[in-house]
Amino acid sequence: MSRRMRHPTEDPAWAKALILAIVAVFLVSVLILPMVTVFFEALRKGLGPALEAIAQEDAQASIRLTLITAAITVPFNAAFGICAAWAIAKHQFPGKAFLITLIDLPFSVSPVVAGLIYVLVFGAQGWFGPWLIEHDIKVIFAIPGIVLATIFVTFPFIARELIPLMQEQGVDEEEAAVSMGASGLRAFWSVTAPNIRWGLLYGVLLCNARAMGEFGAVSVVSGHIRGLTNTMPLHVEILYNEYDFVGAFAVAALLCFLAIATLVLKAGLELIQPQSRPGRH
Amino acid sequence: MTISIRSVEKTFGRYPALNQVSLEIADGELLALLGPSGSGKTTLLRVIAGLEFPEKGQVLYGDQDMTYASAAARRVGFVFQQYALFRHMTVARNVAFGLDVRKGADKPSKSEIADRVNELLNLVELGDLGNRYPAQLSGGQRQRVALARALAVNPSVLLLDEPFGALDATVRKSLRKELRRIHDATGVTTIFVTHDQEEALELADRVAILNNGAIEQVGKPHEVHDEPIGAFVCGFVGEANRFEGAVKGGRFRSAEIELPAQGVADGAAVAFVRPHEFTVATPGQESLFLTTERVASSGPVVRVDGLTSGGQRIEAAFSRDLAGRFGSGERLGLAAQRSYIFSA
Repeated sequence: MSRRMRHPTEDPAWAKALILAIVAVFLVSVLILPMVTVFFEALRKGLGPALEAIAQEDAQASIRLTLITAAITVPFNAAFGICAAWAIAKHQFPGKAFLITLIDLPFSVSPVVAGLIYVLVFGAQGWFGPWLIEHDIKVIFAIPGIVLATIFVTFPFIARELIPLMQEQGVDEEEAAVSMGASGLRAFWSVTAPNIRWGLLYGVLLCNARAMGEFGAVSVVSGHIRGLTNTMPLHVEILYNEYDFVGAFAVAALLCFLAIATLVLKAGLELIQPQSRPGRH
Repeated sequence: MTISIRSVEKTFGRYPALNQVSLEIADGELLALLGPSGSGKTTLLRVIAGLEFPEKGQVLYGDQDMTYASAAARRVGFVFQQYALFRHMTVARNVAFGLDVRKGADKPSKSEIADRVNELLNLVELGDLGNRYPAQLSGGQRQRVALARALAVNPSVLLLDEPFGALDATVRKSLRKELRRIHDATGVTTIFVTHDQEEALELADRVAILNNGAIEQVGKPHEVHDEPIGAFVCGFVGEANRFEGAVKGGRFRSAEIELPAQGVADGAAVAFVRPHEFTVATPGQESLFLTTERVASSGPVVRVDGLTSGGQRIEAAFSRDLAGRFGSGERLGLAAQRSYIFSA
């Protein structure tokens, strides 16, 4: 008996090693190496200059704007996501399939196009442009435009997370609550909300990560006004184009750090609440 | 509480789910809605609960018209096939829910709620499991919790939608007895939906048999079994061999069988003979002949399966002490002690 018994669907050892090697090479070269480079370049001249770059007034303004944008976008999309998932998962109505497709639109449209749409609608030459100028309301090249563009790009995240979860949970528990005398609102807070909280939190994290990192759509509507309409990703680009590599990479490192923090939080969530992913009971 | 359903109609799209259904359920009665899937029995139950609204007709609780009252206003206890327990609440919190959501003077105090929860958990024999979560319980235990939760609000009527459908056979049997015991102890008017005729006949005071959105027959279990008023009920309740043929001059004839048919109009008809109502015929008195295929003795009966010369499969059942008389591959002459014949 020199041959080790192998499971019928198990690959031979050399094949496993080869596949693992391909995955490892790919991950290192495409994901890990760039990440390391970002931190390496940021700290090339030591920690001092990197911190200085982040402490600059323009950099601070861009961090503030990014946080404000995320702070408006995420609650808005959470509310939208809950409403959309509720409507789609718990009710039957004509045009449901179309609504689901529509929610996916931001995933399939280039962010640049998303930005352009808002310029065409709200810009000086756009549909509402003259009216907005008349009433002294700035949308494009101002914070409202940036927030709008970010909302557009990130709105599928929470809805997409909640729809399958709520569909899988069905309406039995809500019906049970209502049949015992609970009002619709009470049924939502006592039954629906606790059942979706982990999925919601997960969607919020993803939405937040993307809201902070969005470049394309925001770039079109922002106007790149330093200290006013530059978000962190835009600020990185400006610094880079000005050959301020340490500054660019320092801000980029901060963004990477946010991404890593998001991933750690997400992994943590999965650890404490392993059964909160779809497919359990 | 007496429940009256009057000429209720309900359609889903173009498909009629309930068609002119009328039914009276007496106070304290235990009634089964029995029918094949798609017969409208669950829709009828949900109309009674207020989880669906009919397009026409009335639903009365006592003499109060509740047709379009919300489920919350009806104070029903509803038990779902898949339990529908609140998965993030303990068993005790689940049972307390219906009392917790009450407002103002209607809401019992905390200690009253705790007492009621204990009382109900004892009633369903889950006294010590109040702190568990639904995921930590077996299917049978979950359904007991669902039952206790439904009873907590002192419902005017207890409604159960295929309550034992998701459970295995032994648990189902013991829970069935449990439901009967709880019903007798609380006296609450109870309506349950099932597609399992054994369950309906064994458990219910009366059985309403539904087919294609209409009630075919309502009666005591032995009535629907022994005196079916139509071909559907006869074929659906209990086992029966079915024969298609015609009546002429008070005799039913098909390719396989000949039966007396007094009082049935001439013309096409269907006849049913239950397996245990066949007897071994004395020569010359045979209603039909079959070639035996399989003889199986189990419990108190011996079951004989066979084919007629026309190829129809026949099932007959005899007392176990006759087991020695049958072998497979034999020609056997049978007479029917009793038959049901309906004009087609």
